[in-house]
Amino acid sequence: MIAFEPKIIAFLCNWCSYECADSVGRAQKEYPSILRIVRVMCSGRIDPQFIIEAFRRGAAGVLILGCHPGDCHYKEGNYQAMKKYTLLKKVLLQFGIDKDRFRLDWVSAKETDKFIKIVSEMVEKVKQLGPIIPPQPSMNPSVSLPGGQQAGPFTKGGIKGGR
Amino acid sequence: MIKPKIALYWCSSCGGCEESVIDLAEDVLDIAEAVDVVFWPVAMDFKYKDIEMTPDGEITATLINGAIRMDNQEHMAKILRKKSRLIIAHGSCAHLGGVVGLANFYEGRDVLNKAYKDVPTVENPQGILPMVETKESDRELSLPSLHNTVKALDQIIEVDYYIPGCPPPPELIRIAIEAILQNDLPPKGSVLAEKKALCNTCSRSDSKPDKVRIKRFKRLYEIEWDPKRCFLDQGLICLGPATRGGCGERCIKANMPCRGCFGPTDHVIDQGAKFLSALASLIDSRDEKELEKISDSIPDPAGLFYRYSLASSILKGRI
Repeated sequence: MIAFEPKIIAFLCNWCSYECADSVGRAQKEYPSILRIVRVMCSGRIDPQFIIEAFRRGAAGVLILGCHPGDCHYKEGNYQAMKKYTLLKKVLLQFGIDKDRFRLDWVSAKETDKFIKIVSEMVEKVKQLGPIIPPQPSMNPSVSLPGGQQAGPFTKGGIKGGR
Repeated sequence: MIKPKIALYWCSSCGGCEESVIDLAEDVLDIAEAVDVVFWPVAMDFKYKDIEMTPDGEITATLINGAIRMDNQEHMAKILRKKSRLIIAHGSCAHLGGVVGLANFYEGRDVLNKAYKDVPTVENPQGILPMVETKESDRELSLPSLHNTVKALDQIIEVDYYIPGCPPPPELIRIAIEAILQNDLPPKGSVLAEKKALCNTCSRSDSKPDKVRIKRFKRLYEIEWDPKRCFLDQGLICLGPATRGGCGERCIKANMPCRGCFGPTDHVIDQGAKFLSALASLIDSRDEKELEKISDSIPDPAGLFYRYSLASSILKGRI
């Protein structure tokens, strides 16, 4: 069996966390390579649609790293990120996305160890959780039910199609 | 003179959209004068085979309301697409999936179990669920099958125009039909309503302060709210900032906040996510614990933000 290699999308703020990822590189420290980094100007710029879209396209986890509260280059962008994150986390849970798949945290440009720690934890948790959409047991969409359930007598041909 | 032919059909809907056509009142007579209604199962007697025998492209426009959740609905939508030059998604369910689209938070099987077994008022000791095929003595009976998910009309067939609303205001239907008859239509794919969000035209927008600050979301039963003041400024959730306008503010005028039935504005895909973004920015706190508490004052955020648009949102339902 092939080990599950999740895709994790990380939105990093230009002024701190992206800079930090650079510092990690300059210091030649290692962090999990499965992180796919998207640089944004500010964590406050991240539209909830970006995160939802990332999950739809198969991301198994989404990470947002911004400047520490009070340190935002634009004064309050990271507070906006924090507010959106708190609400979105609740909404994603209702969509069936585990809270450990979505994380917001703060790292400054110099906190290389913290960066590595957060990323490693995230990768570890997401690997444990596995892929979001479990593989379908059958290729025939008219009888297979999501979640690997077998069609029972009541549902035989009664429910059609996957998601 | 040959009159243009119009058809109306319903799929998974409550019947409110049909009612919205009736609510055209006397205007319906003008329309009936100007067009031939060739198919309208709710109001008039036609046979499905009549439609199947109609030459392709014969119908000028077909208004379809309701989401697609069953085989027969998909089948009819596809036939009507072939027979019609224009397909108009009529109402929130055809446009976005609508309230019935909220079933996408569950599996099709769970929906059946709930409705036929678990509801306290249902008595079904044998646990019988609807089946596609049933044998009754020597006869075979069949029912259309249920899809696992609810879909908006444009996820099944190509849709030319959308009339939003739950149900659409009769005025919008009248304008749409007139535009069809006069061949004075906007670019294909347009939603036949305002382009901007409801807040832009809201009669309460003057009472909206520059910065709305919310410490706790209130529910309607908790307070007596000011009938003139912006709902959001009173801590009541109103989807106006992320909902297309053009509804005539029916809810606002009845002193109820917007619930988003007109769907997202142009260029927005996910109404729920957009509203979440707008609402989050109004929360007045910078403390993580307090933020948790404030967001906990919304009991069912996904159901509220995606009330009408779940089936057409980015995730389309529970994954």
